[in-house]
Amino acid sequence: MSKVIHAFYTDDDLVLEAVKEARSANYKVREVFCPFPVHGLDKAMGLKPTRLAITSFLYGLAGLAFAIWMTNYMMIVDWPQNIGGKPSFSWWQNMPSFVVVMFELTVFFAGHFMVITFYLRSRIWPFKKAENPDPRTTDDHFLMEVELEGDHDTEEITKFLSSTGAVEINILNE
Amino acid sequence: MSLHHYEAPIREPLVLGEKSYHDVTEDIVAPILGKANKSWWAIFTIALIAFVWGLGCIVYLISTGIGTWGLNKTIGWAWDITNFVWWVGIGHAGTLISAVLLLFRQKWRMGVNRSAEAMTIFAVVQAGLFPLIHMGRIWLAYWVLPIPNQFGSLWINFNSPLLWDVFAIATYLSISLVFWYTGLLPDFAMVRDRTKNEFQRKIYGILSFGWSGRVKDWQRWEEVHLVLAGLATPLVLSVHTTVSFDFATSVVPGWHSNIYPPYFVAGAVFSGFAMVQTLLIVMRKVLHMEEYITMLHIEYMNKVILVVGGIVSVAYATEYFIAWYSGSEYENYTYLSFGAATGPYWWAFWSLIICNSIAPLFFFIKKVRRNIFITYIIALLINIGMWFERFNIIVVNLSHDRLPSGWAMFSPTFVDIGVFIGTIGFFSVLFLLYARTFPVIPQAEIKSILKSSGEYYKARRAVEGDGAMVLNPGTELPEKYKVGQNVSDKTEVKAIEEILNRIGAYNPEVDTPDDLQKITGLGSIIEKDLNKLGIHTYDQVSKLEEQDYLVIEALIPAFSAETAKTENWAGQALNLKNNKL
Repeated sequence: MSKVIHAFYTDDDLVLEAVKEARSANYKVREVFCPFPVHGLDKAMGLKPTRLAITSFLYGLAGLAFAIWMTNYMMIVDWPQNIGGKPSFSWWQNMPSFVVVMFELTVFFAGHFMVITFYLRSRIWPFKKAENPDPRTTDDHFLMEVELEGDHDTEEITKFLSSTGAVEINILNE
Repeated sequence: MSLHHYEAPIREPLVLGEKSYHDVTEDIVAPILGKANKSWWAIFTIALIAFVWGLGCIVYLISTGIGTWGLNKTIGWAWDITNFVWWVGIGHAGTLISAVLLLFRQKWRMGVNRSAEAMTIFAVVQAGLFPLIHMGRIWLAYWVLPIPNQFGSLWINFNSPLLWDVFAIATYLSISLVFWYTGLLPDFAMVRDRTKNEFQRKIYGILSFGWSGRVKDWQRWEEVHLVLAGLATPLVLSVHTTVSFDFATSVVPGWHSNIYPPYFVAGAVFSGFAMVQTLLIVMRKVLHMEEYITMLHIEYMNKVILVVGGIVSVAYATEYFIAWYSGSEYENYTYLSFGAATGPYWWAFWSLIICNSIAPLFFFIKKVRRNIFITYIIALLINIGMWFERFNIIVVNLSHDRLPSGWAMFSPTFVDIGVFIGTIGFFSVLFLLYARTFPVIPQAEIKSILKSSGEYYKARRAVEGDGAMVLNPGTELPEKYKVGQNVSDKTEVKAIEEILNRIGAYNPEVDTPDDLQKITGLGSIIEKDLNKLGIHTYDQVSKLEEQDYLVIEALIPAFSAETAKTENWAGQALNLKNNKL
């Protein structure tokens, strides 16, 4: 049976240092729940950088392509009209009229689809139940989840965690 | 080993008082968990009455037709479009604060961005009402969307600036909303976990989307914020640019103007910041947020008002000059011209100049920038002045047509006034509800700058040195991180004891400490750390040997044995000691 240890910290500098030390001591840090973003914690945990910005760029390109297709189809192909003598026979020559719409749709796609991707990847949506194990982790407590496999000496890790400044340590069976 | 960027102590703190992370939580959740007081109910009732009155006017307007407005043959646009541009302009400060200031890494935005963004969204909602009403047949509003109709199929006209507006404002409103909401998720989660009321917990649980605060979530959350800020910055500039195209692409004298796009954007920022001041000066007082929205925040915003007010004034001067320089008699009736200043709309002209160009000049005086009462008065004047700017552009320019027989004045009917008052009421209702139910300060972000910009932490660092590890009050520093003990096997600790035995311990009752910073290459940080090890005098330093430097290097991160050796600190200390004697 594997065990999970919940170690609580009350300072961001301490939890960052604790994660570094726990990882170098070959403990498996599964997760840290934080009340606010702690810079450097993702690197300390060995997480890869997020690729959301790249997706946003791609969505933006899709938005631009959609705007070009839409203005061309509606104004040039499907029903060309003479509006104030503006060239209705060539998308390229009529293009200055479409710049605003092209820009806005680029931003619209890049912004909204990136946020939707973020919500889906992080699995957050309305009516989703919160998964932080303790309500204090949205206030001022940082919770480090350490996974123990097999017959680990819980005494030893408890001592180690309190030496890094953990104010509360809970051992749970999984 | 502190991970917080050192901020110069000369900079004023952004969060006042001795605050722990928990104190921040308590301060920000208090208005949500508490009950509204009488003054809130009084203002809310007035706002609600204004809103209902406006709603009645809108219903009458739509059921009767826009003939109920005071428009005439000469003046076909008046209060409706004035109000539309005025509200859109106000809706510019929020995104400017949250996006542009985020890109420039201005930490002071965190005190005000949540409310400024809320104001933006509520203001753009008001703005959107006017074009909808002006359509006359509001139930056909979907005709502005690019969807096929029954005429098989006549599309919307992408050559029209009015349609560009539809796209610009829809994008702006929706992106601002998403930006604001994503920032709110962790704060809703905070309220969800604090409240003891079961119903409240359920509501905030749904609103928070089950936010749990995992490291990966935070990493993505920060990236999303940064990218949205990068997207929203050109977006906010594009919105008022597009609004200005409504006028600039026409041939009406006074509207057909090249400088409209940048001038409109500056004007929008100007009015937006004035409205932020108007709202936040009251809100910080009522909700007791003075420690988060400080005088420094107010002064910074006043400086922005001063700069954009200057840009707007330069634009006025340019318009006035060009109208005169063109030599065209039609241009002498445009809204910034001698004809306008002395004509029948002289009062509108001078209201504009006094409120927008003269009133903000007082912000050149620091005492005025930091005076809440005067700031409030000037902000109100700017709100009024920016309304007149739009009124002048629309009504004054139209009032003097090319043929004198067509000249006319505009007088609003009760419907014009009622709809405008109604939108102010609607806006106030939304903002008042927001102030009672939303975390008005982005608490997660405030906590992340607390250590670098909080008054308490700045004071602690001034005493303990910039490299000192300053913890959240109430948290004890574990033994092994204390200076002189950050090496786990403690051999160095033993070594330093041996060194002190040899060079002599410092006794505060007998000895006086020396200014170790006189030694070349030894700065204030190392001095403080050396003091913590028990080294205070030239005499002690002069007895240090090369292997001692290595021991100290292991204990003090800033200390370099190499520098100490090449600069010969022991020798320098010996000289200083002898000179002292």
